Formats: sequence, structure tokens, C-alpha cells
Amino acid sequence: MFTYYFQLGLISLRRNPVLTALMVLGIALGIGACMTSLTVFYLMSSDPIPWKSDKLHYVQLDNWDPNTAFDEPNEPPDQVTYRDAIALMEAGKAERQTAMYKISLPVQPDNPEVKPFLSLGRATYTDFFSMFDTPFEFGGAWDRAQDSEHARVVVLSKTTNEKLFGGQNSVGKRVRLNDLEYSVVGVLKAWRPRVKFYDVTNGAFNDSEDYYIPFTTAIELKAAGSGNNNCWKNSDPGWDGYLISECVWIQYWAELGSPDKLAAYHSFLDNYVTEQKKLGRFPRPLNNRLPDVNEWMESQKVVSRDVQIQVGLAFAFLAVCLVNTVGLLLAKFMRKSGEIGLRRALGASKPQLFAQHLIEAGVIGVSGGLFGLLLAWLGLIAVRSLYENFDSLARLDWVMVFTTVALSIGAAMLAGIYPTWRACQIAPATQLKTQ
Amino acid sequence: MLKMNHLSKLYRTHLIETHALRDFSIHVKDGEFVAVTGPSGSGKTTFLNIAGLLEEFSGGEFWLDGVDVRGLGDDARSRLRNEKIGFIFQGFNLIPDLNLFDNVDVPLRYRGFNAAERKRRIEETLSRVGLASRMKHYPSELSGGQQQRVAIARALAGSPRLLLADEPTGNLDTLMARGVLELLEEINRQGTTIIMVTHDAELAARAQRNVHVIDGQVTDFDEEPRLRQPGLGNRESGIADSAIA
Repeated sequence: MFTYYFQLGLISLRRNPVLTALMVLGIALGIGACMTSLTVFYLMSSDPIPWKSDKLHYVQLDNWDPNTAFDEPNEPPDQVTYRDAIALMEAGKAERQTAMYKISLPVQPDNPEVKPFLSLGRATYTDFFSMFDTPFEFGGAWDRAQDSEHARVVVLSKTTNEKLFGGQNSVGKRVRLNDLEYSVVGVLKAWRPRVKFYDVTNGAFNDSEDYYIPFTTAIELKAAGSGNNNCWKNSDPGWDGYLISECVWIQYWAELGSPDKLAAYHSFLDNYVTEQKKLGRFPRPLNNRLPDVNEWMESQKVVSRDVQIQVGLAFAFLAVCLVNTVGLLLAKFMRKSGEIGLRRALGASKPQLFAQHLIEAGVIGVSGGLFGLLLAWLGLIAVRSLYENFDSLARLDWVMVFTTVALSIGAAMLAGIYPTWRACQIAPATQLKTQ
Repeated sequence: MLKMNHLSKLYRTHLIETHALRDFSIHVKDGEFVAVTGPSGSGKTTFLNIAGLLEEFSGGEFWLDGVDVRGLGDDARSRLRNEKIGFIFQGFNLIPDLNLFDNVDVPLRYRGFNAAERKRRIEETLSRVGLASRMKHYPSELSGGQQQRVAIARALAGSPRLLLADEPTGNLDTLMARGVLELLEEINRQGTTIIMVTHDAELAARAQRNVHVIDGQVTDFDEEPRLRQPGLGNRESGIADSAIA
């Protein structure tokens, strides 16, 4: 009977084109607004690396001011100091680990037709690439020995490789960064996590970097960080003074494959801090944390309150549209009371009529959903044009397309329950005489 | 086929009570053609609605084809209605958006027949009413008489044992009315029980038996079926062909 009811629903849509258009438009507007904001919310809050997000842990050590927490009520700093980063790297207690920070260096192409440009990069360790599963188009990451040797090697992003080498395999070629030559060891494929989860402190929705060089090399060359830097007391002057200061400016990730390893690493951090306390550091009580990717994104409020409010408002708008649809459906079904009475007389039971009209509401939902999908697509284009950082977020994927249509059908059927119930209460005898 | 004993129907509002039927008793045998007559407001249509299981009754007893109708739930009443009863209305009550094939298909869908069986029945009944060639036409493309024939085909498609007709010729001109009536008579001859409500005494005279209703009560009825003569003339009412034409 589903096919029969579906066909009747389509016929019914054609019966009152204006009424149908109003209902479809009402649902489409609600769905369009809802899905535009819900898509951004969904992509912001979805797991950016679901296959291993529970194994990647961000390291937080509370070296902050004894009198004031880094962030109330008792949040430890969102980055670590250089000296702690180096100590943890040298200890090497995790399966994989990397310290890293954001840098900005001028790129000086050999090709005279390409002008030098300032470009954002990342100073990191070789484990970065395997920990975050960065896809390589050519070559690969540098090795641990090159980390130790402060090697002048670089991994280029796909975009940078296209800009400098026309997209050709550039492994082995040389790139000049800030007047120093680096040997290309790898070129990434297009890689841009929806949320830049590995460095949310410097912009969760920023583009990924143009190039990656060894952390040790960057430190040796005194490449200052171009990301966030927080200090709670004055540091000694100069680069060396900065490196031994209590300023936090480095992100640190550890890959821990099991709860046991996580517990052991936590214990290691506590022991490390306890030892540091003996040296007069870490004046606050032990407060080390190892959130995984999703916990880290949540604690950093990657999904802002504004976005949550926006989603709430969009759903409120959808509710208003649905109330409007309830009224229109009621009018539509009441106009059909003669036919409903007739169908009762011809043997339709109330549940059969209920199903028929609910499916008819569903047909309106499908139409509204498809139109709403178009509106959501236009809405996301508008979002992308308004917010550059949302370029990768404001896009519909198949999950959201399916969700849009399902939500639309569900909403329309919800709106159809009361009108359908009313339609089923129609006394057939009265209608048959008056039709 | 249909037996009502001391049936009553009471419409009640907070201000007033109206007895649409009171102490209403009737017994219609298999294969009968019974006309129910009476003035407007006498309770004819209420009787027909209760007989068609479209309305509940307040008191008394009602058996339909041996089934005690009292206490049946909505599903059971709908199923019984679908299987046992065909309806013909004064206003034809065809669904304007559906073609003739689909209009006749409606009760068969609820009956649960498969597609092939539905098609066979639809084609057969539309042929029977002389509209086999117009299956894909819509009601608006037909005359009133043709529309009523489609309604009859729809009523017959499920092979009901009882046909309930409410003023079936009320919206038709004389010529069309004659055709519809002859069709009903033909259907009755083939064994279907027909109860026809009308306030037209001339039409009622064509039935085998006439039941007269006033103020919700049967006041007069023929005990035994009369012999019906072919053609429009009727020996008891004396209606001449020219009177209807």
C-alpha cells in the first residue's frame, strides 16, 4: 500500500498547486536555514581523525602562576614551554610524540617569474606525519636522525609544490626559505583537516601549513614562533633566555595506543613535574592533563557558543515553519473531507487513512527537503563568502544531504500528525451526503 | 441478509435529543430489491448509514449477513463494509483526480487483492456498465449518467452481497435515470441484494418491496416481494414510460 499511498500523495500535490507550493516553500525555508547552520555545526564538532582520535593525546602541564590559574576555574596552559617540550621529547615515553610550533618564513623561489612570498609553516618532528596520517604525494617524512642532526629538509604542501615546481615531483630539489636552502624530502597530497585539531590554539579553522621543517632546525635557526605565546613572568633576555623561560608557545602531542599506556604516560608526566618542582618550577598543585582529540577540541570550545545559538535559532525557525505547515495541511485535508468520507465508506479503516495522509505529508516533506537542500547549498555558499576560514566547513557532504532529506520528511510527517488525526475523525456519513 | 430489530438512533447535544430512528425493525432477505421511502427527515438516510456501517446505533439489534454488528471495532466494521457492501450515492462521489480505472480500484485496494485480480475485476465491472473503453477518462469527462455507472462499477467490483443506494437517480435526467435503474435491476436479477433509499414513489414502485419510514419508524411495508415487470411501466404504481421520460 505504500506505493499506492505515495502515488496518491503525488496526485494530491497537484490538486492544489498554490497550497502545495506554500507548504513546500515553508518546509524548504526552515530546512534550508536549519541545515546551513547544522552543517557548519556538524563539521565543526565532528571527529577530524576518527580512526585514531582516542589514541592521540594533547599534553598540558600546569607551570602557571601560583596565584592565578591559566584559565578559570583551574585550567592548565594550552601550550607548553620549550624546556618541557624538549625534556618530554628526549624522554620519548610515548609510542610517537611531537612538539611543534607555527613559523612564518619568506619563501624565495628559484624561478624568477615567481616573486618571493611570506608563508606559514610548521616546525615539528618526524612523528608528526605518521601520528596525523598526512598523505604523501611524493617522497615522505624526514627521519629521526635528521631531527637529531637539525637537518635542512622540508616537506611541502601540495599547493606550495604546485607554486614552486608546477606540481612535479620535487623530492631532492632545493627550496630557499629565509635565505637558507632546504632539501625537499616529501610533498603532501591535498591535506586539510576540517578542523585544524593539532593546533587549535592558533586558529581551529585555519589552513594547514605550506611547509614543514624539523623543530630542531627551526630552533637552531632561531625561527621565532608566529603563533600564540603566553608568559606569566618575565623571561631572561634574548633567544636563549626565551627558551628557558616559563612562556608557553609549543604544542605537544603524544600517541598512546591503550589505556594502560595512557595511564603510564600520565604517571610519567606527574613524576616529571614533581621532579621539576624540586627545582623551583611548577608552583601550582599537580594538574597535568592528557585530553584526546575530541576532549581537547571540546575544552578549547572549537564549536563556539555563537554557532550553538545559531543552530538553536535555526531550529526555532523550522518550528515556526512547521506550525505554518500544520495549518496549511489542516486546510488541505479538510478540503478533502469528502474523499476521506468516501474512502471510509469504501472500506478504508482509520489506520489506513492515517497512513495514507501521513505519507502524503511525507511526500510534501521530500519536496520540501529537496528544495531545502538547494537553499542550504546557497546558504553555505553565503557562509563561505562571509567567513574565509569556513571554506572547508561550509560544505554539504553525503551525511548532511541524507540528514536534510530525512529531517525534512520527519518534520513534515510530524507536522502532518495533527491534521491527519483530524482527517481520520471525519464522519463519513455526513461527508457523503454533502459532497 | 440484513436484519434490524427495534433499532434506535439518538443524536444528543447538550441542549436537545433527537430520535432519528426508534423501534426500527426491518428484515431484508438475500436477493431482494427493497425501496425505502419517506419524507425528508424521516430517517431514511440514517437507516442507510447504519446499514452501511457508517454510523453506530444507540440500541436494538443489527445482523448483517449473519454477523452481529454490535460491538464491532472500527477495523472489523471497515473490513465488513469493504467485503459485503457496495455504496451508490446520489452525488456519484467519484474522486475527480483519479481516472475511471483508479476510481473503481479504490475499494479493491483496501480489500488487498493483487494487481492482476484488481485489473480483472475493474475491466469486468466497467465492461458490465458499458464503460470499458473509457477507463483512462476522468469523471469530469463523463455525463452524469456515465458517472453514476462508474459509481455502480466501483460498488460492484468487490462482489458485494448488499448494494446500498441513496437516491441513485436523484441527480440524473429521466433518460439517464432509466438506464441506471435498469442496470440496478439487472444487478439484482443476478443475485445482489439492493436497498435503495428514495423519496420518489415512482422509483420505489420499481422495487420488489417498499418500506415506508416516517419519524424514524417503519410505518408501512410489503410483506412479500412483488413481481417486477420488465420495462419502465409498473403494474402497481401505474407509472408509464412517458411519465419518467
